[in-house]
Amino acid sequence: MSYAFQAEGLVKRFGKTTALAGVDLAARPGTVLGVLGPNGAGKTTAVRILATLLRPDAGRAEVRGLDVVRDAARVRDLIGLTGQYASVDEDLTATENLVLIGRLLDMRKAEARARAAELLERFELTGDAGRRVSTYSGGMRRRLDLAASMIGRPAVIYLDEPTTGLDPGRREEAWRLIRSMTDGGGTVLLTTQYLEEADALADEITVIDHGTVIAAGTPAELKRIAGGQTITVRPRDPARLDEVAAILRAVSGREVEPPRRDVATVPVSGDAAFTETVRRLEAAGITVTELSLRLPSLDEVFFTLTGHHTQEAA
Amino acid sequence: MTGIAIDRAVRTAARPRHRLVRHSLLLAGRSLTKTRRNPGVLSDALFMPIIFLLLFVYLFGGAVSGSTHAYLQYVFPGVLVMTMLLAGMLATGLSINTDIKKGVFDRFRSLPIGRSAPLIGIVLGDVIRYVVAAVVLFATGYLMGFRVQTDLASALAAVGLATALGFSLGWVNVLIGVLIREEVIVQTVAFLGIFPLAFGTNMVVPADTMPGWLRAWVKVNPVSDAVDAARGLLIGGPVAHPAAMTLLWSAGFLAVFGPLAVYVYRRRS
Repeated sequence: MSYAFQAEGLVKRFGKTTALAGVDLAARPGTVLGVLGPNGAGKTTAVRILATLLRPDAGRAEVRGLDVVRDAARVRDLIGLTGQYASVDEDLTATENLVLIGRLLDMRKAEARARAAELLERFELTGDAGRRVSTYSGGMRRRLDLAASMIGRPAVIYLDEPTTGLDPGRREEAWRLIRSMTDGGGTVLLTTQYLEEADALADEITVIDHGTVIAAGTPAELKRIAGGQTITVRPRDPARLDEVAAILRAVSGREVEPPRRDVATVPVSGDAAFTETVRRLEAAGITVTELSLRLPSLDEVFFTLTGHHTQEAA
Repeated sequence: MTGIAIDRAVRTAARPRHRLVRHSLLLAGRSLTKTRRNPGVLSDALFMPIIFLLLFVYLFGGAVSGSTHAYLQYVFPGVLVMTMLLAGMLATGLSINTDIKKGVFDRFRSLPIGRSAPLIGIVLGDVIRYVVAAVVLFATGYLMGFRVQTDLASALAAVGLATALGFSLGWVNVLIGVLIREEVIVQTVAFLGIFPLAFGTNMVVPADTMPGWLRAWVKVNPVSDAVDAARGLLIGGPVAHPAAMTLLWSAGFLAVFGPLAVYVYRRRS
């Protein structure tokens, strides 16, 4: 099987801190690889190595068969990068930013302008193309940043936490645009702290923590590991929390997570468990103020995989 | 996607020469656009020459030369050199530091362009600061009564020489900019570094009355050579030796600190 990019045993230390302790990553052409992990897990370090900005202390990484250290110059011909912080120039307009990158990629002036206009249209910035980026909202800046990484039609695009700091509505808009980035056959590496985001965008997910891979697979496989969905129940009378926990234990056959703020939560494998929970709560005469079925959060995936929460991990 | 990758490889291979020059100029254009949008960043280049001239001439003039007019002739070439040193130095390291912090340089570094192009671009873009400073300095000097006693070509040569030294020492600042993470510290280090260089010379006062150790420093300080050369070129006197020394020092600074700054920048994580 050929990969668009592949990393094996990446190790990177900064002084006494080990950012990566042997990470493997790989993505087939035309797919999105989600790299999921809490703050400080090593996601950005891995992206920076794959983007030739950082040399690994051990291990190796290739983009389309070219080594990121030895063939760095040729790898740069194949990649596009959108860093964690908006890496566009605030004093320039959107058009000027994109044209500059096009010209640095050796496009002729007319070609660079045409490409900039095309991307501004696609990322819905045409109306603001002549305004300085310093006047842009966070969401617009992000969109411009995504457009900037696509100027040279890169084979591999790295997006480092592309939606961090966006409000939920803006996030879904960014998701739609990111999804379209593989349309031309490009491969995307996306880092995120949100399981929902990886679930919405990624074909494969690699979960990392403390610089090591703790799980890898398709979103469906990962959710299975984490117990798929989660039922959350908040009884009106907090005193009945123990009864609720007993019902959830019986329905799911799993241990209920330690209750937090009068809420009992348990991972379940299928939708049937939800109906069953509703029936039993009703039979017991327990009224609830909250009852929901949802995907596990990253924190819950972590809890299942490592036995500790992300906050404790950091 | 293979087709696209090849397109780009072909395009790159077709014009391999002068790519570094072209990319550096493109990025210098970016710096100029930024300066045009925020002309306030030129205020130091604009006001520094005025303040230096007024301050030095009316503060020291009477005491050192007996009259402010005579002193203006003496001090003007020195102020020219000092202005050119400071014009680039204080700003360049700072703009590089800001670019690195904001992630703009990360994007440049992930592009298939010369590693040094972003640095050269910023330094070249800052040449506008030298031009502004020189124009303001001569205008102020003329209003105060300074007259070039040689000719236009010599005056331009004096400006060129001072700029050469400022430009090459500017690379020290580029190095500071890529080396240090805190912008406040970048400015402090630049300031502390520039003072002994700029003031430890025969620029403001003749060296005769200085203690031995300071005289020794003034003698080896390349800025003294530049001041001597500028004095020769503007009001007459020996030029060949100090001018040659200035160019030699400039070439030396450029040869050492240019590659060093690029090396540190490439290695920076």
